[in-house]
Amino acid sequence: MQIIKDKAIVEDHWIHYSGEGDLPKGDVIVSFDYWAENKDKLSGRRLGLRLEPDSLVKNIQSDLDDFALIAINFPSFNDGRGYSIAKILRDRYGYAGEIRAVGDVMRDQLFYMQRCGFNAYEIKAGRDIQDALKAFDDFSVKYQTSSDEPLPLYRRR
Amino acid sequence: MYIYDKNDQHIVEERAAQFRGQVERRLKGELKEEEFRPLRLQNGLYLQLQAYMLRVAVPYGLLSSRQFRMLAHIANKYDRSYGHMTTRQNIQFNWPKLEDVPNILDDLASVQMHAIQTSGNCIRNISADQYAGVAKDEIVDPRPYAEIMRQWSTFHPEFAYLPRKFKFAFTGAVQDRAAIKFHDIGYRAVKNEAGEIGFQIYVGGGMGRTPMIGKLVNDFVPEKDLLIYTEAIMRVYNQFGRRDNKYKARIKILVHELKLEEFTRRVEDEFTAICEEGAVPLDQAEIERVSAHFVDPNYENLSGESENLDHNLRDNKDFSLWYKYNVESHKKSGYAIVNLSLKKKGVPPGDITDVQMLLVADLADHYSFGEVRATHEQNLVLADVKKDDLFALWKAVRDLGFGEPNIGTLQDIICCPGLDFCTLANARSLPIADKIIRRFDDFDYLYDLGILKLKMSGCINACGHHHVGHIGILGVNKKDVEYYQITLGGSADDNASIGKIIGPGFDQDEIVPALEKILATYISLRLEGEEFLSTYNRVGMEPFKEQLYANH
Repeated sequence: MQIIKDKAIVEDHWIHYSGEGDLPKGDVIVSFDYWAENKDKLSGRRLGLRLEPDSLVKNIQSDLDDFALIAINFPSFNDGRGYSIAKILRDRYGYAGEIRAVGDVMRDQLFYMQRCGFNAYEIKAGRDIQDALKAFDDFSVKYQTSSDEPLPLYRRR
Repeated sequence: MYIYDKNDQHIVEERAAQFRGQVERRLKGELKEEEFRPLRLQNGLYLQLQAYMLRVAVPYGLLSSRQFRMLAHIANKYDRSYGHMTTRQNIQFNWPKLEDVPNILDDLASVQMHAIQTSGNCIRNISADQYAGVAKDEIVDPRPYAEIMRQWSTFHPEFAYLPRKFKFAFTGAVQDRAAIKFHDIGYRAVKNEAGEIGFQIYVGGGMGRTPMIGKLVNDFVPEKDLLIYTEAIMRVYNQFGRRDNKYKARIKILVHELKLEEFTRRVEDEFTAICEEGAVPLDQAEIERVSAHFVDPNYENLSGESENLDHNLRDNKDFSLWYKYNVESHKKSGYAIVNLSLKKKGVPPGDITDVQMLLVADLADHYSFGEVRATHEQNLVLADVKKDDLFALWKAVRDLGFGEPNIGTLQDIICCPGLDFCTLANARSLPIADKIIRRFDDFDYLYDLGILKLKMSGCINACGHHHVGHIGILGVNKKDVEYYQITLGGSADDNASIGKIIGPGFDQDEIVPALEKILATYISLRLEGEEFLSTYNRVGMEPFKEQLYANH
């Protein structure tokens, strides 16, 4: 499947594992609950963790090194909690791995998402991924500091 | 007023271009309505009963005459030649076509205006004291901080999809004219004993179906921490505000459910954590840069007395009444603050035609340094008028239809658009406002009633601020009949209070007689010089109730 990563379209091989059936081979993304119950079974694997909007990110603060990727689910476009989760992971906990937006993700959120620390996006089915790439250029000016910009505009004017 | 530099200008131009693309995708069917909805809502574009409605931001209510002329142009070219001033100091156009909206945004951008975040679950346009910078009781001019906050909240990447809409208000005066305790966050700029500027921060006020008075979360946040402290509040709300029920999603419910102590603890913890990440404080240089846009205009040094004013006050009763009700004293000797009343029979409160906009712009250029202000009470203000010019201005304003000497009286109604326009409304509000203005048009009687704030909403969402009316009217719908409930005792000023429902509602024919009874009761009970709210607070609901429902 194609995703956007680091502002380019790339082929992606991560597998979302729902917790049903056998754990697939390869790089898997598991839910927080599955990971919490199966830490032993998962150790040594390249692992992705999937967070939901109500996940308390401080619960995984000490385990961040275990994850090559953290996927944050957007069950709906309107649910903005994932932005704060990404921001805290990047700026407060210094997480340097991939932060991926999944779920109801399309072009119009990407500009804000990359500002909050996301660097990968699974664009939802039926949407033009090429078109979505253009979103990063929607704005050239940013007033506030965020994960992508350490200085507010008033120090850059 | 604040003048955009190239950065600020880029932002509004890029937004107009972005929205043009989104409208094109919508018109081509690439975006479904439910996907387009949150996008258009972040641009102030609502779908109303009969047409789209575009809400244009007027940051803290301040407009240049050039901007007002552009609003007139937009009203004329894309709408039905009028606009509507809102209770958030914005202006709404009720009839634009979707395909025209990108052009309107381009026109707005050409005069440093926009419709960014005038709707949607984001930080909305910021409101402020309409007398900021000219009020006698002002300690700190809040406008530079409101502008800094406008910039900070514009396209804030983390807070664009909050649980619900979010409103800031600023004042820096002793008397609160901005209803800061009825906002999600209310800021009062103050000085501490050392003369340093900081903010009292009230959180969790609001109206709607669960009206609440904002609670003081911090009584002195230094100006350098203004943005960081706000970020902390916003992040706590974004993570923990309820998203399961739209009616429980405002921050007031979070503050209420967590209790003030726990809410404050979370905000303080978040604030500490942000500071530890190395947050950039608000620089003094930036405060100075923005403040330089809000220095006093070129006032003349005048004596406080005006021969011209005094003799016209003596000779002309109509003028002297207008002066008494519509003119406020100014911090600068020889100057006055003039309110233009947008409340007149036959016209919905807050409506203004394109021709009137042009004429107001001319008056602003001629008499008030080219600036106009919108008030949350849906009137306009010329803030810097020489006392010597008042008589000439009065004649012009009267010709324009904005000279009704009714500011602060029962006729000065705040009113939402109601069921005539709005998809949320349960009842019409504009025709009721008109009935009231027509019934109570004896100015001797109005003046005898004194200060009386009547506010009306066509539904529980309370856009007409009925909860804080001394007398509030709320439209409801019972079995397809529009009824009007009356509340008494609300107040949006420093002694903030929420009105209480007096009893069963009235239909559209009964509501005006019901008001008559309430007013008659007040007149019979009041002490010498006592205003309505004071009488109500002294005697309580019971005497009003007895009179109102005596024959029921």
